[in-house]
Amino acid sequence: MTVGVLALQGDFREHRRTLEALGADVIEVRRPDELDAIDALVIPGGESTTIAKLAGLYGLMDPLRKHLRSGLPTLGTCAGMIFLASDTVERDQPQLGVLDATVQRNAWGRQNESFEAELEVIGLDEPVHGVFIRAPWITEIGPDVEVLAEWAGHPVVVRDGNILAISFHPELTHETRIHEMLLDMIEGDG
Amino acid sequence: MEQTARGTDLVKRGLAEMLKGGVIMDVVNAEQAKIAEDAGAVAVMALERVPADIRADGGVARMSDPEMIIGIQEAVSIPVMAKARIGHFVEAQVLQALGIDYIDESEVLTPADEDHHIDKWAFTTPFVCGARNLGEALRRIGEGAAMIRTKGEAGTGNVVEAVRHMRTITNDIATLRGYGPEQLMTAARDLGAPYALVKEVAETGELPVVNFAAGGIATPADAALMMQLGVDGVFVGSGIFKSEDPAPRARAIVEATTFHADPETLAKVSRNLGVPMVGIEMDQLGEGERLAERGW
Repeated sequence: MTVGVLALQGDFREHRRTLEALGADVIEVRRPDELDAIDALVIPGGESTTIAKLAGLYGLMDPLRKHLRSGLPTLGTCAGMIFLASDTVERDQPQLGVLDATVQRNAWGRQNESFEAELEVIGLDEPVHGVFIRAPWITEIGPDVEVLAEWAGHPVVVRDGNILAISFHPELTHETRIHEMLLDMIEGDG
Repeated sequence: MEQTARGTDLVKRGLAEMLKGGVIMDVVNAEQAKIAEDAGAVAVMALERVPADIRADGGVARMSDPEMIIGIQEAVSIPVMAKARIGHFVEAQVLQALGIDYIDESEVLTPADEDHHIDKWAFTTPFVCGARNLGEALRRIGEGAAMIRTKGEAGTGNVVEAVRHMRTITNDIATLRGYGPEQLMTAARDLGAPYALVKEVAETGELPVVNFAAGGIATPADAALMMQLGVDGVFVGSGIFKSEDPAPRARAIVEATTFHADPETLAKVSRNLGVPMVGIEMDQLGEGERLAERGW
């Protein structure tokens, strides 16, 4: 199976390493036609305004929406969560709108408020070590969105059908279970 | 609330990981910061004068007025960085109190201490520091820097020094890779770098933190050159707002950084950008005018 990693900006190499360690073939996606060859997609951490800007300039917004709405299993971390969602509290940037949720950017504040913590995620036996960096949280969700983890009373891991969105960065630790959840979605048993 | 840890290595280095593949732009006011954000910058560096003006004006260059920094923080949602003088840990304390996202302990400002850099472990806010070679990079990391940038030669619009510094770091790492374990202590002595970090680099073949290019990048092709030489992203100082038409140039440099390996895209984004900043040849710089020689 081939997983695409959106490689416009951000920590896409870390996602690539994690996925390759799990045995997936990985390609970097920067052009619309590169979406045609993949079985799953990762939207990495990075700066969400930059990623959205470049996705618009290079004609990726509608092709991404089309593939994600037709069921492409997709994982978004941090900036990826923001980009996938339907709205932000600040309403200041283009989004794909395929995750039925409103996101608050930099929800904990600036970098000095960034943190690490252990959190329980539904479906995983042991806690996940979360690295939250100028991270977003979710303020509102639609009826079909499942909350898999919360931190400080706010959803930070959610699933909406084929879309898994996470406030923190499993790709920065030795965590592989989140990416396994994505790969399981390809096989249809997730 | 549940247990959390702030200001850890992973959290500090992690923000630099998020900036990779991006462009960090020097800005001197809120209006420039907005232009940078709209162009797709991943962060802005708030400072009173861009390096080209510091060079032209002379005098002592210091941390910026907090009022100006706050104005920029309020204008944009992307991370805001700011510079402290080498060794001036109180300027760094002030920047941390302002909630700056990354502190640049920078040779572009006039050094406050000729022998000592800031003890960066003492801060929650992460630091980026300049380096000309692997030893310098590892000394800064040893002091707690969470991100490195080539020094280049700021305010010149001339990429030659950034290229030299990046090639030097790459060669230094390749040399370490070829050493046996018994050679690493001697290498640490010769590099003037902590043994544990020398050993780590010899094993992994890469710096333990993100490394950006800085100092002389003025065109989209300059940015792509540095990316192809292996940096993780670029700082553009004077190159944008000392050019004829900053907004299109800023956007073109962002595009060139993402599509650095695609010459057709580079050709497209490089067209019609107006006049770049006027550059300076290195041999025109007199004694004491090379900013890269500040710090050790």
